[in-house]
Amino acid sequence: MNPLKTLMSSSIFSNIARFIGLIFLQVLVLNNINFLGYINPYLYFLFILLYPFNSNRSLFLLLAFLLGISIDLFEDSGGIHATACLVTAFIRPQFLRFSFGISYDHQTLRLSATPFGARLSYIFLMVMVHHFILFSLEMFSFSHILLILKKTIFSGIFTIILVFLSLSLFSKKYR
Amino acid sequence: MQQIFNFLIRNKNNILFLLLLALSIFFTIQTHSFHKSRFISSANFVTGGIYNWANNFQTYLHLDEYNNRLLEENNQLRNMLTNLNVKDTAVVKNHLDSTSFSGDYYFRSATVINNNYSKIDNYLTINKGEVDGIAPEFGVVTSKGIIGIVDRVNDHFSRVISILNSRSKINAQLSKTNHFGSLVWNGKDPNVVQLVDVPRQAPLEKGDTIITGGRSLIFPKGLPIGSVKDFSLDPTQSYYTINIDLFNDMTNIGYVYIIENVNREEIESLEDIDE
Repeated sequence: MNPLKTLMSSSIFSNIARFIGLIFLQVLVLNNINFLGYINPYLYFLFILLYPFNSNRSLFLLLAFLLGISIDLFEDSGGIHATACLVTAFIRPQFLRFSFGISYDHQTLRLSATPFGARLSYIFLMVMVHHFILFSLEMFSFSHILLILKKTIFSGIFTIILVFLSLSLFSKKYR
Repeated sequence: MQQIFNFLIRNKNNILFLLLLALSIFFTIQTHSFHKSRFISSANFVTGGIYNWANNFQTYLHLDEYNNRLLEENNQLRNMLTNLNVKDTAVVKNHLDSTSFSGDYYFRSATVINNNYSKIDNYLTINKGEVDGIAPEFGVVTSKGIIGIVDRVNDHFSRVISILNSRSKINAQLSKTNHFGSLVWNGKDPNVVQLVDVPRQAPLEKGDTIITGGRSLIFPKGLPIGSVKDFSLDPTQSYYTINIDLFNDMTNIGYVYIIENVNREEIESLEDIDE
């Protein structure tokens, strides 16, 4: 078989597996953590962080929406995860360009090969925007702005830690 | 025409984004209007099935506690039974279940397969549905206190609006006197709810018991809710806002009873005559 084709299909397969695996992990395990009463990590967002950078944009938007709406189905939360995922997926190219600059423009970007600072800024920006939209829509009122910010920051930090842990756990760098 | 197509193709991502965004915001707004969330709910075949499957594992972890709760309840029921004299039992036979409430209520048991308490608007999913005779507006309780009200039903699962939901409003009163108010939640502590609009004249003390008020058709009067933790007067100085420690541990519920008011339709048709 054509090696490029094998690579393609393995990437499709791993993305499908990640999509389903992360939904299950989120609704069956992570939603039950409730650290200090209300802090939950939203690790399913890893799918949007890791989705191939140079792939079809429309498909990516559609997948982000599907991912969000699946989580919403389980959580009875209407469309808040769908909205948050969709918006972050839409503005991802801007964040990629901001964090990685030239290597994104030249389509040679591999997340595991980037400097730590750039990777942190990309993940931090994406996660914080996602969480902020998520919690604003959940509360749905400006009078709760302090609670929204508190939840965004604490849950965001929790998510970022878990994202880095899972990145190092599943990194393909063999030494 | 050609130009329109070119425009659509050039902006297809933006258009797709706006379409999906409109759809997801539509879903969000729908859940924020009471009793309107039709499409997205955990009481459907797929999500209900998965939660049911996962719950089969989780139940084992809490078996001890559920058993203890059942023992306690059995104990209480046995005490009540021995204290009843023969005359009373004859009367009791006319009732479908439960001797302590006036009016006819029918109880069913169910298992909680999904329970939220960390959000502002929390819901539970239970493993009984239309097939088992459940309908919206049935009350949900445990032996220790109230849990919520059934909201949406499909064949085998139902969704329950928890009392830990900003849109839940349940009539409750003091057990000593008949001063009543509305039970709401401020979204902070899952084991503390608020009773608002209690008139200033009510004699309040820490530790007083709060029970359901029986002014709705959902819960019978006298079900336990919690005890008074602290209280303060609201800005108008005429009503109390009371913090209540729930008797239930809302983070660990397990098994529940669903209460059907058998006379509901009759009462409702009577009340409709006025209008």
